[in-house]
Amino acid sequence: MSESRPRAKPFDAAIIRSAVVESFRKCGPRQLMKNPVIFVVAVGALLSVVSTVHGLHHGGLSAFNLQISLWLVFTVLFANFAEAMAEGRGKAQAAELRRSRTKTMARRIVDGRETTVAAAELKAGDTVVCEAGEVIPSDGEVIEGIASVDESAVTGESAPVIRESGGDRNAVVGGTKVLSDRIVIRIISEPGSSFLDRMIALVEGAVRQKTPNEIALSILLSSLTLVFLVVVITLPAFSSYVVKSTNQTGAIVLSVPILVALLVCLIPTTIGGLLSAIGISGMNRLLRHNVLVVSGRAIEAAGDVDVLLLDKTGTITIGNRMATEFLPGPSVTSQRLADAAQLASLSDETPEGRSIVVLAKNEYNLRSRDIIDLKAHFIPFSAKTRMSGVDIPDTVTGKVRCIRKGSSEAILHFILEHDGTYPIAIFNIVNNIAQQGGTPLVVAENNLALGVINLKDVVKGGIKERFMRLRASGIKTVMVTGDNAVTAAAIAAEAGVDDFIAEATPEMKLARIREEQAKGHLVAMIGDGTNDAPALAQADVGVAMNTGTQAAREAGNMVDLDSNPTKLIEVVEIGKQLLMTRGALTTFSIANDVSKYFAIIPAMFSGLFASVGHAGPLAALNIMRLSSPQSAVLSAVIFNALVIVFLIPLALKGVSYRSLPAAQVLRRNLLIYGVGGLVVPFVGIKLIDMLVSVLHIV
Amino acid sequence: MHPMDVVQVIVYIAALTVLAPLLGAYMADVLSQKRCFLSPLLRPVENALYRLSGVDPEEEMTWKQYCVALLIFSGLGMAVVFCLQLTQKILPFNPQHLPAVSWHLALNTAISFMTNTNWQAYAGETTLSYLTQFLGLTVQNFVSAATGIAVFAALCRGIGRRSSETIGNFWADCVRSTVYILLPLSLVFAVILVGQGVVQTLRPYVTVTTIEGQQQTIPLGPAASQIAIKQLGTNGGGFFNANSAHPFENPTPLSNFLEMLAILLVAASMTYTFGKMVGSKRQGWILFVSMLVLFIGGLTVSLYAEHADNRLLGVAGSLEGKETRFGITNSVIWSTATTAASNGSINAMHESLSPLAALVAMFNMMVGEVIFGGVGSGLYGMIAYVILAVFIAGLMVGRTPEYLGKKIESFEIKMSVIAVLASSIVVLFSGALACITPAGLATLSTSGTHGLTEILYAFASAANNNGSAFAGLNANTPFYDLLTGAAMLIGRFSVSVPMLAVAGHLAQKKFTPPSAGTFPTDGALFVLLLLGTIIIIGALNFFPVLSLGPVIEHLFFIAGKGF
Repeated sequence: MSESRPRAKPFDAAIIRSAVVESFRKCGPRQLMKNPVIFVVAVGALLSVVSTVHGLHHGGLSAFNLQISLWLVFTVLFANFAEAMAEGRGKAQAAELRRSRTKTMARRIVDGRETTVAAAELKAGDTVVCEAGEVIPSDGEVIEGIASVDESAVTGESAPVIRESGGDRNAVVGGTKVLSDRIVIRIISEPGSSFLDRMIALVEGAVRQKTPNEIALSILLSSLTLVFLVVVITLPAFSSYVVKSTNQTGAIVLSVPILVALLVCLIPTTIGGLLSAIGISGMNRLLRHNVLVVSGRAIEAAGDVDVLLLDKTGTITIGNRMATEFLPGPSVTSQRLADAAQLASLSDETPEGRSIVVLAKNEYNLRSRDIIDLKAHFIPFSAKTRMSGVDIPDTVTGKVRCIRKGSSEAILHFILEHDGTYPIAIFNIVNNIAQQGGTPLVVAENNLALGVINLKDVVKGGIKERFMRLRASGIKTVMVTGDNAVTAAAIAAEAGVDDFIAEATPEMKLARIREEQAKGHLVAMIGDGTNDAPALAQADVGVAMNTGTQAAREAGNMVDLDSNPTKLIEVVEIGKQLLMTRGALTTFSIANDVSKYFAIIPAMFSGLFASVGHAGPLAALNIMRLSSPQSAVLSAVIFNALVIVFLIPLALKGVSYRSLPAAQVLRRNLLIYGVGGLVVPFVGIKLIDMLVSVLHIV
Repeated sequence: MHPMDVVQVIVYIAALTVLAPLLGAYMADVLSQKRCFLSPLLRPVENALYRLSGVDPEEEMTWKQYCVALLIFSGLGMAVVFCLQLTQKILPFNPQHLPAVSWHLALNTAISFMTNTNWQAYAGETTLSYLTQFLGLTVQNFVSAATGIAVFAALCRGIGRRSSETIGNFWADCVRSTVYILLPLSLVFAVILVGQGVVQTLRPYVTVTTIEGQQQTIPLGPAASQIAIKQLGTNGGGFFNANSAHPFENPTPLSNFLEMLAILLVAASMTYTFGKMVGSKRQGWILFVSMLVLFIGGLTVSLYAEHADNRLLGVAGSLEGKETRFGITNSVIWSTATTAASNGSINAMHESLSPLAALVAMFNMMVGEVIFGGVGSGLYGMIAYVILAVFIAGLMVGRTPEYLGKKIESFEIKMSVIAVLASSIVVLFSGALACITPAGLATLSTSGTHGLTEILYAFASAANNNGSAFAGLNANTPFYDLLTGAAMLIGRFSVSVPMLAVAGHLAQKKFTPPSAGTFPTDGALFVLLLLGTIIIIGALNFFPVLSLGPVIEHLFFIAGKGF
């Protein structure tokens, strides 16, 4: 898709600076309470600091306790930083959106006098004037004049549309461009209350509700935290019994900093610290694709979607019919047919006409000729004749070549007028093309029907592969089209969709969504019309186009600012990526525990039953051969804090996503994040330990 | 290790694997209210019971109603056992004129048998009358197993049903599991045991003159019937204090093999029943394999530990405290199976297990009795782990995780977390309490690391409803009676009630048809995931404290050092 505007860089220095400030500001108890895991770390850090300071009065400062305390504080700050980074990027993007709106200027008319104001200042009821080349400042109605408007900025369709006062075609959308003439518009939306403004407010809003999966994950993480809290609280009781009953008093010291270190290393701080950042950045990713989300819940639902309802035009096909082949009649060469077709289309500026010229050039090497050199007279398309063509005087004979192209009936009429023949073979070709979903265009010269041009709705390049990938990842695609069943079936086969609804009405869409949902599927669709609103509301993920009616936008739970129907596929992929990132980091975080046990437990207990010159039996568990008990605990805490920082980019960008069957995705992610989660900390803690012992900091 | 030892392990596992689908399929029919080959015989009995109790077996219950029925039934059962013990002196069938049991022991025993734990803080032959044994304990042996099966059946229905408010009828489930499953199995098994020489009589104890010319009282009783159900129903409470190390409970190698098989039989078959009832036999086998891998892993470690050279004593193998009639291997299979399956019967002294084997026994219990586990309860406990595994790893495929077509959401996670972690918290807290109170330390037979192991073992056994004892610790004191009693109650109902809630919520959900995007739960990868979840979430909590107990003992043991 197009990156329609410059986006905020992922690690913009300004964002990082403000995130650093924010990470301190987020240390307030009320802020921390929102995240139970990090709250426990913060309380632990506080206890550790208190214990270190307390030690100051009793035997001096312990460098070890001080460093443990500091790293515990860092752990909290790093978690806050991750969240602040995600929020900062979201705000930067929202600001970007807002800026693109405020840049537009408007010519407001008050009592017949014209003043130039910023578009954002316009109120409902204001009257503005727009002339050729100007951008329409806000949503409104044309009250005077007629103009052609380029709505490609919002619809993606390059063909200009007519907007005029009165009747059905009086609505104009902010951000579109007037191409010709002059219109007077009455603005209908209040400043700051337009749909876009409300969306921006939501993105910036500090109030972010947790999504269902996030809630479930929080429950799991909080419970694990609680259990490890019990583990650490009960440990002194167990160890004091063993110590006392075996006369090992003084062999082991379970100080507050060491116990807190054990706790913090065991509870899932990594995912706990990154959880909200992952959620916020999921919203940001959608925003970067110019999709605004009404709730985080919708992004998750997008990941779960397994049926996509896709409009044919714009999503599956380009939307314009293109010439794909020349089919000559009996005793006519295709060269001659192509030549005539090209001549007839030289002045035809419609996409169809241009595609005929290009096809003739590509297939028969016919260079496009200049119509003035030929002294040709162009016959434009008229609703009466339903033909277009060209009259070329032959410089040698003086006769005129009358070449026409048009529908089968129109050409038949033309030939009969010239007492010509219309071979039955041409009829057959015409019928064949129609059956295959194409549009037959018959070409005639004077009294002879030369052959047929096959105009087809061309399927977008790469879309078939895309559908194949979707199918591989378990998503079914359903094409919705107003075409008849024959045409729809042909295009469906060519595009490789799983199913189609032909001659679709909004009621049929709604019925289909209900039917799929009854079978247990989750359905996503994209729509714009008022009569799409019920279906958009019924769908689990309803993406409304920004150009759509207000009703459609209220009914959907996402709005696509680009109004690009293909966007639906990206929305689904972003939803999946969000869930994957969450799962991957949870797995990584939980798998981390194993190594930390092997760092801290031997460090805590190796003094038990130690004799002079020999560590106690539990030193055997020190499989990483960490240099000293203190260095082991410190290294584990440092690793635990740093891993949050190292994973921030992953949390913000999301794990790499590929459309693959779930089994393959699982195998891949499990290998990276599960096995990786087991192995990485062993290496990381060992490296930090080596550094710690080289620097002699404990 | 002798090659025949290996052969025996293989025969044991093969027998289990062959019998599981046979019994499992039968149980699935029973629990799905289908006709089975015993229907002509047992249908009248079943119907008579319904008429007698006024139960309409067709009446469907919501999970809350089901739960209330479970709690009422369990509470009543507990009250009956409690009262019987307090009044046994004046009741019939008390040929030895045994006095009333102390209130705290009676309470502990009532809880113990109602929760399918069968923790015995007493010696059966010197404490309980015949009436208390067969009307109180034996009845609870049946019905506590039946309630486990009932909750399991409700969970299967919850997973299998779509958009349903109800999960079956508790009374019908209890009646059917007792009448069609537990009674016929026990009857057959008891007859076989009697054939092998297990006693079954209501006559008073026999007093004989030994060849040394001394008087000896030989306790008797209706043992065979209780042993059959104690093994099959993962109860484990022996008729005699020595449990299956007593020749009247376990006279021959064949009776020993069959009793060991009976420990795991019903629980292992449940995996197949599960697969059949939720419509995916493969899923059942996946659970079977997961459990079997953990079982074989533990068994291998224990066998290795017990057969290894004992450097402390300078002999090969550790026969002290083992069942000398059947050898080390049979003692180790039993100790592994009985702790894996929440059975708790023993044929050797667990106090004498080598540290590593004791560690395995404790691991088996601490993960929550899900390695086959108790009848019914093992499987529904395992499903809690399955839900957690599916949730954590399932997110990684980019979809709200689902298990067997049912979405796993925050409610299921909340309930599963309670089911998995509540007993861990109970073990840690009550163990710590015992370690710092004089009452907790007063009755230990040893101290130091082994003392810690004794305490941990006791609470792991109680809170996970296993019931086996490490011995050594005299648990019949008000402190231990009440603390283990509370642990048993929490251990039983902190799993069954949440899992019923899960059943109720899953039943209400729609079914999501599987597709290429569905998280696959039926392959080797899922087995690994499940095992990882069990070890990391279920067992790692205990690693710090275990390292002070059996781990340190093991490290000393292999160094050839004692205390």
